[in-house]
Amino acid sequence: MATAAVGPETRVHYLNVDYGIKSWLLTTDHKRIAVLYLVSITLFFFVGGAAAALMRLNLIEPNGALVEPATYNKLFSIHGIIMVFFFMIPSIPAVLGNFLVPMMIGARDLAFPRLNLLSWYIFMAGGALCMYAVIAGGVDTGWTFYTPLSTTYLNSNVMSAALGVFVAGFSSILTGLNFVVTIHKMRAPGMTWFRMPLFLWAMYATSIIQILGTPVLAITLALVGLERLFHVGIFDPAVGGDPILFQHLFWFYSHPAVYIMILPSMGVISELVTCFAKKRIFGYSFVAFSSVAIAAISFLVWGHHMFVSGQSIYAGIIFSALSFAVAIPSAIKVFNWTATLYKGSISYQAPMLYALGFIGLFTMGGLTGLFLATLAVDTHVHDTYFVVGHFHYIMVGGAVMGYLGGIHYWWPKITGRLYPDGWARLAAAIIFIGFNLTFFPQYMLGYLGMPRRYAVYPPEFQVLNVMSSAGASILGVGYLIPLVYMLWSLRYGPVAGPNPWGAKGLEWLTPSPPPTENFEKTPVVTEEAYAYGAKEGAVG
Amino acid sequence: MADSHASTPLAHQFEDLEQQHEAASLGMWIFLATEVMFFGGLFAGYTIYRNLYMPGFDVGSHLLNVTIGAVNTAVLICSSLTMALGVRAAQLGKRHALLTFLILTMALGLAFILIKLALEWRHDYLEGFAPGLNFTFAGPNAKSVELFFCFYFAMTGVHALHMVVGMGVLSVLLVLAWKGHFGPERYNAVETAGLYWHFVDIVWIFLFPLLYLIGGRY
Amino acid sequence: MWQGFPIRPDQASTIARGVDHLYYFLIAIDLFFTAVIFLTIFYFALRYRRRSQKEQPPQIEGNIPLELVWTAIPLGLVVIVFLWGTSLFIRNSRPPAAAMEIFVVGKQWMWKLQHPEGVEEINALHVPVNRPVKLTMTSEDVIHDFSVPAFRIKKDVVPGMYTTLWFEATKTGKFHLFCDQYCGTNHSLMRGEVTVMEPTEYEQWLSGGIRGESMAQAGAKLYDQLACITCHGTGKGPPLVGVYGKPVKLSDGSMVVADDAYLRESVLYPSAKIVAGYPPVMPTFKGQVTEEQLLQLIAYIKSLSPEEGKARK
Repeated sequence: MATAAVGPETRVHYLNVDYGIKSWLLTTDHKRIAVLYLVSITLFFFVGGAAAALMRLNLIEPNGALVEPATYNKLFSIHGIIMVFFFMIPSIPAVLGNFLVPMMIGARDLAFPRLNLLSWYIFMAGGALCMYAVIAGGVDTGWTFYTPLSTTYLNSNVMSAALGVFVAGFSSILTGLNFVVTIHKMRAPGMTWFRMPLFLWAMYATSIIQILGTPVLAITLALVGLERLFHVGIFDPAVGGDPILFQHLFWFYSHPAVYIMILPSMGVISELVTCFAKKRIFGYSFVAFSSVAIAAISFLVWGHHMFVSGQSIYAGIIFSALSFAVAIPSAIKVFNWTATLYKGSISYQAPMLYALGFIGLFTMGGLTGLFLATLAVDTHVHDTYFVVGHFHYIMVGGAVMGYLGGIHYWWPKITGRLYPDGWARLAAAIIFIGFNLTFFPQYMLGYLGMPRRYAVYPPEFQVLNVMSSAGASILGVGYLIPLVYMLWSLRYGPVAGPNPWGAKGLEWLTPSPPPTENFEKTPVVTEEAYAYGAKEGAVG
Repeated sequence: MADSHASTPLAHQFEDLEQQHEAASLGMWIFLATEVMFFGGLFAGYTIYRNLYMPGFDVGSHLLNVTIGAVNTAVLICSSLTMALGVRAAQLGKRHALLTFLILTMALGLAFILIKLALEWRHDYLEGFAPGLNFTFAGPNAKSVELFFCFYFAMTGVHALHMVVGMGVLSVLLVLAWKGHFGPERYNAVETAGLYWHFVDIVWIFLFPLLYLIGGRY
Repeated sequence: MWQGFPIRPDQASTIARGVDHLYYFLIAIDLFFTAVIFLTIFYFALRYRRRSQKEQPPQIEGNIPLELVWTAIPLGLVVIVFLWGTSLFIRNSRPPAAAMEIFVVGKQWMWKLQHPEGVEEINALHVPVNRPVKLTMTSEDVIHDFSVPAFRIKKDVVPGMYTTLWFEATKTGKFHLFCDQYCGTNHSLMRGEVTVMEPTEYEQWLSGGIRGESMAQAGAKLYDQLACITCHGTGKGPPLVGVYGKPVKLSDGSMVVADDAYLRESVLYPSAKIVAGYPPVMPTFKGQVTEEQLLQLIAYIKSLSPEEGKARK
């Protein structure tokens, strides 16, 4: 533990090895690229969050407290586009994945470091195009770009927004490609597949979806662009095209994309639960293979977004059955995490609170998914606030909680500093309460029949909407607190040391922050992941 | 992939050349998987509309020039052969042969694009088959013929774009080969570029019958 | 109607109660598993909290029988929910044969509804109680969605095709009609009201609203104006009497049932399907007839069929 005594200021590590803007913008170090992503997606998160805040403010009154319907439509479109494509999808893979995948397998970097930097530039180019669409007057397609509305009828900045998403997609593809090659080819000696931390299994499953799903979105948006430019009719019924075909192609990507967002969080939770319970994961192979199963099934369920679109009843029945199938591996994960706590030695630092919050909220979000897979019930709640509540429970209650838990867990490794745990626990509690207050009323609104994407609504829905907006203000405060103490910790936080949590895993064997080459010597792995029972220092 | 151009043969993140080589080819195979999905979306759309609007698609297909399409198919198959020979030359460290085969491959690729552009697309445009620009075809099933041409231009256009990208990659290789960059120890870049080139050819092998040979003409 | 703190909309159609029962069952499953997970976590969290830093908890690899149990139980439950939801959905999707028919055209941002008797409404629908109603719907521009929460029904309204929906109201009163598919700027204003009336009141309302002719009569007039009769009445084109709902043989040998969608296509894109034995000479009427007029033409052709309504899908 000699390295712990040397402060991060005197030792050379990836953060102080070079200074100046150029050393960041031209870096090929996966850790620095992770930090670039961290800064960019945090910015996008607050842009998307601001749009959400304005929406909730508007919905306090049935006739709209703030903006015209046209503006409201732009707000929810930009909220969706930014949060899905520029925050959720890159969040864990591009930040934590970039930082951790090489470290967890004992490699010096990803297989293609320059490609990794290129991915960030592509991502930023896509983001810039979307921000241009916002500044130039907004876009009001919704994040789903449904045809023929998006191709023929809207006059807003559809082209630049769609192009931005199209471009950002390639960043996602290349990141996934990089991870798969790295995990396949660059594991340290002794790091077999079944010794890998479950975070890597989750990243691997996620990468497969990114690689196989995203190109379909790309070609679909390209066709939307062609149709808008040349007024040809691939999705336009006026020329015999089929708007439903667009929905098939769009959801063929965008349903698996949901798992691009949630699978990495599940991986993070497996790391957190084991570390803070000092326990091996319960049923390692079940948790690992459930990730792969979710990725595989995710490609077969897209039609459940189209139960009321006019597709045939038989298609509906098949997609309904397949959608229920996703519930099984998800349930297996939840049960195994819970069982991991059994007879553990559980401590409640901030990352663990996020992890437990994740398990609870994901359970509620996942179970409400059953309602939407059930044909007869979906017919009633489709395109209502029930759906909005459901996917926010998965995306925000699940994926964002996992992301925040992961950021808090690996923050000492990334920066070498500890944040104040008391504030962090307070923030976790505020987020949990604010979240439930925001989104639980939306389930009720949905069953009562309030349609989504409504700028104005009948007055009887007001009470629940006001509750939701009140919750949103608490949630907003909850998200701002970590921003403050994280920034504070960069300068004033206590020095973390290589392994502040007493965690297992190769990333904790190297100093914090790690040196550019991650490990002085390529580590040799001799035991399973999460070997918490084994003697200290047996790894490596 | 790009990293195999680094000034030392072994990039710092790899343990040895074999690992680097395996990583590069796995990377290209995965990239090709994404390409399959990219074209797959187009093929799926094409298949659905072809089934819905069979008569119009047959009419559209008959308006294409099969001879030119066949010639172009032959050109591309030849370019795949020269590309494969180029990879072999790189493996054996024969700089001169590598340069020759790269130039031949690029010449054939250029021939394909020129034939496509000057003889086919220009002709289609002048005949009024370009949807959205000047589609003037009249007759029964005009709207499904237009849909056919939407797919024809989208599919051949995306394919041609891939050819252009391939030409760009080959010209970089050509410069590097000229500088004597490749040898038996390092031919990764040539091999992975070769994989890409063959893939683009295979896409055409599917496009040719789908677009030119449907409708029970042969 | 909305007093107190409702958890569900009015049950105002024959299918509402069944959907709600399934919904309650799902809530029960939801509550059960949420309780199991939350309580277990709380219990473990208290019971096994870290008491000293030196603690070495026993390491448990897993337990295969337990894994099988918690795979099998959710599996069994989702199979039950799937079968229940699917059978209910299939039942709810089939309109009864004797349903009265109403035609819906969605356009940015209003609903236009036509009764067969010729009464037209905008953003309002009047129907009699306890009588099945079938809606045949299409859109003039983008995709809309016809949703009446109190009836638990919903279906997208898609340009270029007909979708159908049916309900039988069980309660008189006024209920919301929403557009549930985002359709542009004033999507949230594309709302209306369904008024369910006693049959006698409905008849009264209906007779008060008839100003012109019925849909079939309007269709007959159009049929004259567009000079359809010059071919379809002379043998130059296929006769239309009695064709509705019957199978038609096409020039390529295949068969097709002459339903709404087929007739619509034949007016707009005559060459798409040619009836066997006739030359493909019919011009397109695309751009000359609106979606509403198309529905009137179809109503007229339907009125020429003696077995009207029976073979409808």
